[in-house]
Amino acid sequence: MTSVAVIDYGMGNLRSVCKALEHVAPSARVQLTSDPDMIRHADRVVFPGQGAIGGCITALGQGGLREAVFEALRAKPFLGICLGLQALYDFSEEGGGTPCFSVLPGSVRLFPPEKMHEASGLPLKVPHMGWNQVHQERAHPLWRGIPQDARFYFVHSYYAEAADAADIAATTDYGLRFTSAAARANIFAVQFHPEKSQKAGLKLLENFVGWNGAV
Amino acid sequence: MGLAKRIIPCLDVDNGRVVKGVKFVDIRDAGNPVEIARRYDEQGADEITFLDITASSDNRETIVHVVEQVAEQVFIPLTVGGGIRKVEDVRRMLNAGADKVAINTAAVARPEFVKEASDHFGSQCIVVAIDAKQTAPGKWEVFTHGGRKATGLDAVAWARRMAEYGAGEILLTSMDRDGTKDGFDLALTRAVCDAVSIPVIASGGVGDLDHLVDGVTQGHADAVLAASIFHFGEYTVGQAKERMAAAGIEVRQ
Repeated sequence: MTSVAVIDYGMGNLRSVCKALEHVAPSARVQLTSDPDMIRHADRVVFPGQGAIGGCITALGQGGLREAVFEALRAKPFLGICLGLQALYDFSEEGGGTPCFSVLPGSVRLFPPEKMHEASGLPLKVPHMGWNQVHQERAHPLWRGIPQDARFYFVHSYYAEAADAADIAATTDYGLRFTSAAARANIFAVQFHPEKSQKAGLKLLENFVGWNGAV
Repeated sequence: MGLAKRIIPCLDVDNGRVVKGVKFVDIRDAGNPVEIARRYDEQGADEITFLDITASSDNRETIVHVVEQVAEQVFIPLTVGGGIRKVEDVRRMLNAGADKVAINTAAVARPEFVKEASDHFGSQCIVVAIDAKQTAPGKWEVFTHGGRKATGLDAVAWARRMAEYGAGEILLTSMDRDGTKDGFDLALTRAVCDAVSIPVIASGGVGDLDHLVDGVTQGHADAVLAASIFHFGEYTVGQAKERMAAAGIEVRQ
């Protein structure tokens, strides 16, 4: 029986992530936790994110919880969702500038108002909210069974700009082309919400629960 | 290709049952909310909205249980509105499994509430619902309390202000059209959609699939919401998407 720790740092609704994981892996032990030991003992770790990135990073603290997350990032199948992707980069423009984890090189930027329009000239709204296409830039075990350019549910105002193209697992177009999924070794992170993306999202979570962290 | 326009079935829930009224009166029973939500999910709904129209506060817990049950089985975004007055109400709905809450009367009573809620939980989960009625050509006024109370607020200016206060989305209902099946108030929809930089959901008056198309192409809506055309089996969400796609609108299929 595999165990999945969903990191609870006291922000927002993480119930959907847990419910979706339980739905695709009824035999897995899914634990919503802020206990560093439980994270250390879990087979795999999900780092969901909601709200503002400053709050997310502050809530993780400087103590044992942050340490346990960094250990998992080095060793275990790790899935970051939404802010859980953004937090992996060096820096975010949100909140007047927020230093992040520097696990992946790159930065997180606000959708630039001057680029937010369709070819027809109609404005593109921010937040980027709704179902958009995810273009898989390379093969990965987590894409198994998911069609190229499948739609996933997004809701965000900031996007990741990866500095190393090798880390880009998928891109999405919205005014510009941004990194909608990142992958490096045992780490996979997505800007969209697989727990809210119906069949395609559930498939990705199912793939994650069965993934050994190798690519 | 890019972001799809969304189709959002709306369930008006009264004491745990889905109901639908015409111009906010003459209510018809349309069934069990959990079963209906599941059906719409299977048909390809992009989101589902629940509006709790239960009058008595004793029955407020009912909607929480509905959301909990739906969130166990349906993995698309869920919005809940009706009776959201305090930060604690928002938290309770999010904990039950809602992704967004719609705030209406409480935003008019105290606009700072929208600021507090979005600071606390993030703009992504705060929808401001606006019920508007035409008062003169090109002029619409905001109403509250299920359409019974005039506020004196201009709907377009109010939408702008709510966007500044941190709303992540506007749910715009034409009170003149709600339940009539005459189509959206397209002038209202377009005036609000063009005035704000956040997404707008058009609501009120959908009677056939072309109305949904018009909401996007003429109203500039980012999402279209409908209730009775889906509840009583006239059309499926899938048929609605086919019609929109045929009209050149990008949808998730």
